[in-house]
Amino acid sequence: MAHAYTPGLKVTERSVVRKTRRLPILGEVLVEKGKVVSPDTVVAQTNIPGNPMTVNVANILSVEPEDIGEFMKKRERDAVKKGDVLAEYKSFFGLFKHRVSSPVDGTVEMISMVTGQVTLREPPIPVEIDAYLNGVVEDVLPREGVIIRTEGAFIQGIFGVGGETQGVIRMAVNGPDDVLDENCLVNGDKGKIVVGGSLVTLGAIKKAEQVGTVGLVAGGIIDTDLVGYLGHDIGVAITGHEDIPLTIIITEGFGKMRMANRTFDLFKNLSGLKASINGATQIRAGVMRPEIIVPGYEPKGKVVEQDLSEGLVPGTPLRIIREPYFGLLAEVVDLPPELQIIETEARVRILRARLQDSGQIVIIPRANVEIIEA
Amino acid sequence: MPEQKAPFKLDREISSILATDCGSTTTKAILIEKTGDEYRLMVRGEAPTTVEAPFEDVTAGARNSIREVEELTGKSFLDEKGIITPRRSDGSGVDIYMSTSSAGGGLQMMVAGVVKTMTAESAARAALGAGAIVMDVISVDDGRKPHQKIQRIRYLRPDMILLSGGINGGTITHVVEIAELISAAEPKPRLGIGFKLPVIYAGNKDARPHINAILGQKVDLRVVDNLRPVLETEVLGPAREAIHNLFMEHVMAQAPGYNKLVTWTPVPIMPTPGAVGICMQTASREYHLSVIGVDIGGATTDIFSVFGEYFNRTVSANLGMSYSICNVLLEAGVANIKRWIPFKIGEGDLRNRIRNKMIRPTTIPQTLDELVIEQAISREALRLAFIHHRSLAVGLRGVHRQRTIGDTFEQTGSGESYINLMELGLLIGSGGVLSHAPRRVQAAMMVLDAFQPEGLTMLAVDSIFMMPQIGILSTIHPKAAMQVFDRDCLIKLGSSIAPAGPSGAAKPGDPCVKVELEIDGNKIVEEVPYGKMKLVPLADGKTAKGAIYPSRQFDVGKGHGHSLATTLTGGVVGVIIDCRGRPFVPSEDTSIRNAKMIEWFEALKMYPEDAFARLLKA
Repeated sequence: MAHAYTPGLKVTERSVVRKTRRLPILGEVLVEKGKVVSPDTVVAQTNIPGNPMTVNVANILSVEPEDIGEFMKKRERDAVKKGDVLAEYKSFFGLFKHRVSSPVDGTVEMISMVTGQVTLREPPIPVEIDAYLNGVVEDVLPREGVIIRTEGAFIQGIFGVGGETQGVIRMAVNGPDDVLDENCLVNGDKGKIVVGGSLVTLGAIKKAEQVGTVGLVAGGIIDTDLVGYLGHDIGVAITGHEDIPLTIIITEGFGKMRMANRTFDLFKNLSGLKASINGATQIRAGVMRPEIIVPGYEPKGKVVEQDLSEGLVPGTPLRIIREPYFGLLAEVVDLPPELQIIETEARVRILRARLQDSGQIVIIPRANVEIIEA
Repeated sequence: MPEQKAPFKLDREISSILATDCGSTTTKAILIEKTGDEYRLMVRGEAPTTVEAPFEDVTAGARNSIREVEELTGKSFLDEKGIITPRRSDGSGVDIYMSTSSAGGGLQMMVAGVVKTMTAESAARAALGAGAIVMDVISVDDGRKPHQKIQRIRYLRPDMILLSGGINGGTITHVVEIAELISAAEPKPRLGIGFKLPVIYAGNKDARPHINAILGQKVDLRVVDNLRPVLETEVLGPAREAIHNLFMEHVMAQAPGYNKLVTWTPVPIMPTPGAVGICMQTASREYHLSVIGVDIGGATTDIFSVFGEYFNRTVSANLGMSYSICNVLLEAGVANIKRWIPFKIGEGDLRNRIRNKMIRPTTIPQTLDELVIEQAISREALRLAFIHHRSLAVGLRGVHRQRTIGDTFEQTGSGESYINLMELGLLIGSGGVLSHAPRRVQAAMMVLDAFQPEGLTMLAVDSIFMMPQIGILSTIHPKAAMQVFDRDCLIKLGSSIAPAGPSGAAKPGDPCVKVELEIDGNKIVEEVPYGKMKLVPLADGKTAKGAIYPSRQFDVGKGHGHSLATTLTGGVVGVIIDCRGRPFVPSEDTSIRNAKMIEWFEALKMYPEDAFARLLKA
């Protein structure tokens, strides 16, 4: 393959961001192309068929399934209220009555003479999709949703939990090495997105939950802290639907990992601005990384476009993403074309890189670096 | 919607074949040509799969992979319409092109039946054999309440549902009940907003009018022959064929660019795992051996087995080496992973490393400790996937068997496993961690530890994962397929001799097996005691006549203490004599276990000596 490296995560001061906001099933789009929207603007809605409920009338009345028609008090498509009599069976000249009542409000969808079951359908469940971002409706997908376009700062994390939310960014530490612990959070952090350095601790997460912080961002997290907070282990890398009151995004990886300077510095500039964030991560087909978007952010200086069309070249800034230099930042020195044998005896394509901290030149498989994209 | 193709029948001689496999991340192209009397792999090319933005056209990735083949051969195979066929006198073009696909997440199905261990299990086998991932199995007796089943069906959004239940002429109530649950759930397909979900009905034929009345309006209903027409018979062919057809019509039709891809080939596109299954069955037939094949990927582990007439495939959807690696940690537990790592590593460190592999799935081990850790995880993923496979590769349950006097002492009922590790003749490993292990003996050891074959077994790995292309080729040209499979696809590692036992108490060091081999006219005698491993070189392409003499507590296929005269096949590793016993369970005492592990690793020259010594000292 032409480029044997991981493209890396976007950390950019100014970028065009497009978000497709799609309904789970066909419905109605409520906004037209060109409309300016805010995160809470409802852009599309639909009604998902209500929850179905089955009642085995034949069993309850102790009659044969094919006979239940005689005893039904309601017909298919009839509306019912909770407690309404669905079917009634009288025995001993009407002295004894056996009744089946509806357990829910809804409609009778099906009466089965084969199984003796009656299917009830609860009222439809309305579903609304909001815009998530400040932006403009760039395109309408008829009956499905819209594409929202915005420009601003855009930062991708490596892993996250928790869904979409918005809040004002606050830097809680001074440097990218600093740990975000419970002492960094204050009562004023309610509704905010609090950013730390190398690590977010379990104590910080609990405190954030207590004060009502909506988001936490840091370089790393200890695996057992995350598992401890969620109350369950994460088996497959599909997240975003956890039942938690805040969103957590890590930018570098698991363990204590200094946040990349570039990311940290950008967060400093974004301090005090409102961001839309999403912890959803999916590392399979259709890769999805957690994100922090600050629509409308205008960088102070001129944004220099980074040319990644050639992939890795001498001078490319990168992050090493596997042991033994995991988490360190470096820059490409050169890229020998021939395969080389590494310690494991695997023959792989490598590069030589100068470590940012020590200036040491090291050999790294190209598969184990990612370009720091601007 | 692509036009449905009839099964393709080859009616002419072909000398050049181009085949692609559009995988979820990479599209791989191979060129096979006839040289002399033999079909051989010429070159291969690969490129990223392009079903997602910004390309959204699977043919772009296929073209890129074929372009690599063009560059390597200096011939052209592509024009603006697709593949140049047939081959032209100037050498351009090929006689036939074909493709398999698992792009876009492959085929994801839900299956339903009346009884969990009977019709539902048959439905699961039909779906798995057709190449699907089975997301859930719903049955009347699965322990869930009706509303829970309905919620589950609503939540899953499969590509299609296979509904079975009841024998022909039997009661229809239960299968209709399942149909009612599906109707109530109003399931939606994963792909194609606004499309009707395909549902295949393969149950009691007497229930068809009812099924049609319940589901006909709500879903895209297809009716095929009952997969359990009588209790004693399982007929999976019609259901599998319907799955393949719907895969083409619905799943492939939704994937961007497939409309174009199907016009390139006269052979219907097959799901990748379905093609691999066909490859395994052909191999078993041709070699006259029972076969187990495993493909361990980033997200899933597929296991295929062919024992006699029985073919089984299972997918462990969440056991893999990258996307699902944390699930291996979750299911196996840290302790089980650590038992394959003979050096000190803290639990927290190990957990963080595994998580970091999950979030950066394309990275490779640079240091020896990372390699050993990754191979330890793979053993557990393979072991768990094999347990899953054994639980499904069973005979029909609920069937009355007439017992003979010979069965009196053999209390196995129906539902017994088809997997017989003593009978297993060929064990094939595939997937990055096995195919790309820096030393081939590492791959051999990983499959030995996970599958624990008994007696004499040939071990092999797939060189470049071309079994999907070989599988689809074997449907139209089995001879060409097997020639390429044997000469270019399989890398033969060698043979393993693993005596089963001990049958009673035995101490490490007790006699276990004596092996006599005649290699290049020289007689070699190896006596290996219980608890030891030994590697005897026997090069690829060579065979050695010999005899294996187990001691009285051990069995190599002829009974305890009975010798086996045989011919051993060589390979790039050689002959591994594994006297750790079967079943083999590593010691629970860490220091004993680590010492033994190091001893075995050193006996087999598993890792570079110096680096391994440094690692142990650290």
